Amino acid sequence: MTVTDLTSEAMERVAAQPAAPHRRPAGFSIKVLLGLVIPVLLALAWEGTVRAGFATGRLMPPPSRIFSTLAALAKSGELWLHTCATLGRVLGGFGIGAAAGTLLGAAMGASGLARRLLDPTLHALRAVPSIAWVPLFILWLGIFEASKLALIGLGVFFPVYLGVEGAVRSVDRKLIEVGRSFRLSRFEMVRRVLLPAVLPSWAISLRSGLGLGFMFVVAAEFMGASEGLGYLLVDGQQLGKPDQILAAIVAFALLGKAADSVLILLTKPFIAWQDTIHTRL
Amino acid sequence: MLTIDRLSKTYANGTEALRAVTFDVPGGAITAVIGGSGCGKTTLLRLIAGLDLASSGRIAVDGETISAPHPAAGIVFQEPRLFPWLSAEDNVAFGIAHLAAGERRDRVKTVLHRVGLIDYAKRLPRELSGGQQQRVAIARALVAGPKALLLDEPFSALDAFTRASLHDHLLSLWETSKPAVLIVTHDVDEAVTLGSKVVVMSPKPGRIFEIVDVPLGRPRDRRSDAFDTLKRRVLASLDASMLPSSQARERIAEGAGMWW
Repeated sequence: MTVTDLTSEAMERVAAQPAAPHRRPAGFSIKVLLGLVIPVLLALAWEGTVRAGFATGRLMPPPSRIFSTLAALAKSGELWLHTCATLGRVLGGFGIGAAAGTLLGAAMGASGLARRLLDPTLHALRAVPSIAWVPLFILWLGIFEASKLALIGLGVFFPVYLGVEGAVRSVDRKLIEVGRSFRLSRFEMVRRVLLPAVLPSWAISLRSGLGLGFMFVVAAEFMGASEGLGYLLVDGQQLGKPDQILAAIVAFALLGKAADSVLILLTKPFIAWQDTIHTRL
Repeated sequence: MLTIDRLSKTYANGTEALRAVTFDVPGGAITAVIGGSGCGKTTLLRLIAGLDLASSGRIAVDGETISAPHPAAGIVFQEPRLFPWLSAEDNVAFGIAHLAAGERRDRVKTVLHRVGLIDYAKRLPRELSGGQQQRVAIARALVAGPKALLLDEPFSALDAFTRASLHDHLLSLWETSKPAVLIVTHDVDEAVTLGSKVVVMSPKPGRIFEIVDVPLGRPRDRRSDAFDTLKRRVLASLDASMLPSSQARERIAEGAGMWW
């Protein structure tokens, strides 16, 4: 390629610049696709290795077998049963944990007395690995849904509590003063100043809470469950079906990502005003 | 008319921030308060705004004593302090939520028009420049139609050009509704440009050192000799205010003359 070629190419590019906003989505998706290159290459390589007979793929099944297992599970309706069971547990536990975390966090953030009374205890409890509560939950609540929801709720509770408490406490004193100078009542102060100010941090804490919810649902389903994606994992281990384990893991990845995206979508309107939040979300 | 009568403030830690400060801010006039750091000028403004409680003394608007935030007094802080989740117009409307929607809209429109930001009504604060944000803050204080407007070093964070243009904005706003304006500043030029009188305060504890009248008409020519003379007069007073009180009185008499 000669220098003139390069120059004319560059000029063409410059000429194409005005169309740039139009082309931006394409450029963006190419960047996203870039992240897929490595996993897809690895998957193809493994597929090829197994097909060529260099490996049996017994313990690490190739992608085609994982997806056919997934398809079979979907076809028989089992996948939906397990997915719905897991999703139901996560949402139930998330609801409990998020509600408790939000209420307690707001109360502690707003009242110094409540914080001094309860916050040390909660932090001591936080230091206990949540799984350590499992035996107690089983004794108290039985081995069915209640103990599972309690465990997931506990996992979701702490990030939400910490996020909300910190957010309420760090609301800009200067903005509160503006509210005071306009003689807002206590209720109005909460509704018009405090609440909007903490929403972005709340959204972030909900998001990390949801992530932990998915973490704890697996632990909960390991405790003994007859349906759920966690059950598929245990079942695959006990019956020696690695393809079923990997199929369940893929389902977890998709489900977690989907739930996360829905949460982002739901909280977006509350935090659109924030400059920095997009990088954090 | 804003009356400040023997106002004192001692903080819980024993710091005496203000001692027996007495002066009037006549309706329809601008009074500037100037002083070195630690002379209690911000404390004074916060007391008048009802954000802090005075230890003793009295503040009254048109004879009515006020001790808590009061609709008769609007305040503009050193920073714009806009609510980042509200658009410019919603920020302006923040303090008049009790009014009917129609009237609220009209008032917001009028005042945004007057600060020259009617085209920016839907913007969020982060999409506005520092000067524009402070104009929104002024609009927010004025939209409720206060009898007294309190400004706490409102332009100190802005560059000189923006500051000068905001002085003009403030003056034109003031001329339409003529509230009593009390502006705290550390900028002599600003004090003489805006004030009909300049209250010079001295530190530790904060008290009034001297009240300088500014008998200049408006609009003021910042390059005129009379303006310059007054600036030097205030500057000399300000210098003297920082000295221990025994020397101060002597210095001010000669000080004003020594400058030229």
